[in-house]
Amino acid sequence: MLKVKLLKRREEFSLSAQFEAPTPGVVALFGRSGCGKSTLVNLVSGLLEPDEGFVQLNGTVLADTQAGISVPVEKRRIGYVFQDARLFPHFTVLGNLQYGQKRAAPSAHVIEFDDVVALLGIGSLLQRRPNQLSGGERQRVSLGRALLSQPSLLLLDEPLAALDAARREEVLPYLEALRDGLSIPMVYVSHQFDEVLRLATHVVLMEAGSIVAQGSPSEVSLLPQFRAIVGPEAVGAVLDGRVVKVDATIADLQLGHGVLRVSLRDARVGALLRVQVLARDVIVATEPPRGLSVRNALEGAISGLSAEQDDAVLVTVDIGSATILSRVTPEAVEALGLKPGLKVWALVKAVSARGHAFQLRTPPPGERI
Amino acid sequence: MIGSITPAEMEALRLSLEVAARSVLFSLPLAVLVAWVLTRALFPGRSVLDAFVHLPLVLPPVAVGYVLLILFGAHGPLGGWLRRSFGIELAFSTAGAALATAVMTFPLMVRSIRIALESVDRGLEAAARTLGAGPLDRFFTVTLPLMLPGILAGAVTAFAAGLGEFGAVITFASNIPGVTRTLPLALYTAMQSPTGDLPAARLATISIALGVIGLLLSELLARRVRRLMGR
Repeated sequence: MLKVKLLKRREEFSLSAQFEAPTPGVVALFGRSGCGKSTLVNLVSGLLEPDEGFVQLNGTVLADTQAGISVPVEKRRIGYVFQDARLFPHFTVLGNLQYGQKRAAPSAHVIEFDDVVALLGIGSLLQRRPNQLSGGERQRVSLGRALLSQPSLLLLDEPLAALDAARREEVLPYLEALRDGLSIPMVYVSHQFDEVLRLATHVVLMEAGSIVAQGSPSEVSLLPQFRAIVGPEAVGAVLDGRVVKVDATIADLQLGHGVLRVSLRDARVGALLRVQVLARDVIVATEPPRGLSVRNALEGAISGLSAEQDDAVLVTVDIGSATILSRVTPEAVEALGLKPGLKVWALVKAVSARGHAFQLRTPPPGERI
Repeated sequence: MIGSITPAEMEALRLSLEVAARSVLFSLPLAVLVAWVLTRALFPGRSVLDAFVHLPLVLPPVAVGYVLLILFGAHGPLGGWLRRSFGIELAFSTAGAALATAVMTFPLMVRSIRIALESVDRGLEAAARTLGAGPLDRFFTVTLPLMLPGILAGAVTAFAAGLGEFGAVITFASNIPGVTRTLPLALYTAMQSPTGDLPAARLATISIALGVIGLLLSELLARRVRRLMGR
């Protein structure tokens, strides 16, 4: 468990944050730029000193202002991947990777050099200098360097923000592999929800220096605080389900008592899959549909209606242990007589639900984390 | 012409190189320390130290030599102590010439090193910290290597300036052949002599050649270091 309660006052800005997140797992700190996410990870790392509060990782106190404890940054064993990679320009990739490895206590060595190099695909870069690497390669080396310092917690401060879309796609699979292959808890800072969607097991929503909500990605995606951050167009329920059947390009996902068909190649039966269905892509029908190209008609009941700031109405449809959001016009609400408790069908095009395989590894009991 | 260099000229050339080299070697670690203190340490009186370090730039060199003579002369407070404790005599010696040169070139060196230190990305030091490096470890493995181009530039500048240091050297260490008569002092001596036109011209030529070679070497060095630093 990672337990954090921190307070930092500055002239122009103050931060007050408290969260608890299960370990291992990926905690995403999600919020708009300037909401204090980076300040929070800097406080956790120790690069910034809090005015009040504590940081506790799996029972170990890293900082506690009341008890007068503050483990120096260099002894915290917290790996930090910075937005700008911060590779040492005067070392080769190899030298960078070994920098933290050499300084880790021998007893802490659980992550092997060869494994990291293979996991991140950086074997061919070892003799290069940082200035001879692409942005994506630099970020992968930076990840490897942090991992080899044998951290008990990994902080990633918008590691993809400085990369273009193609480079981001190049690095994301490595982050997924890291999450699924190693049991190091991670704190991932981002203002891009698609990254959170693909990586996070726990989401902490931040706004203006404080935490406004937290929970699993699917819980958080239903909250008004989340809608306030991403804006009406990006609102959509996050759904976690298991793959029950695969065709060439379609995977069937068990959700509550229904099945959602999503466009996805190379899915495996039994795999955990996470999808986000944007509310603007969901049609609500009061009768079972016929003669439509739409692949998904999920039967459920309306559990809530909420008028949004931009005059649209957000309909919450309970499909049995899962929830889907739909954006409709007030006219549609009136014409169809939509009200809580009404039986409806949520129509979702398979192509608008893009899935991400999610295989978080649960460590066997007794394994040291 | 080079083959016909006279023993006296050779002596002056060798002394110039020795004095400049010793002054750089002696003052370089101190200059790094002072630059670090002036850039990173916060303490009252920092501006006083800053002014003190830069004093030789604005004082007449003869005045610097005079102050050194008062302090480090055989009967001066520091000179007397050095002689009694270690048997070191600085006034009127090659070591004294090196000290005078070091004091005169110190501000140049500190200035260059300070600029280098200010341009070191503190984010890299923070990264080293998260990777387990303590303060001294960080300084020697990250900060110092990243400052290296600036340190070398400072050392080269100080060395080049040291080759030609005149006023402070002649005041503090005098003009003794084979001991403190460096190239500029030899040139000055030649100019004082009624038959010194040719020797003066030859010494001036040697000085110019030395300067040109020094500049070329420093450029070459800077280029290599930049490549080594991955820029």
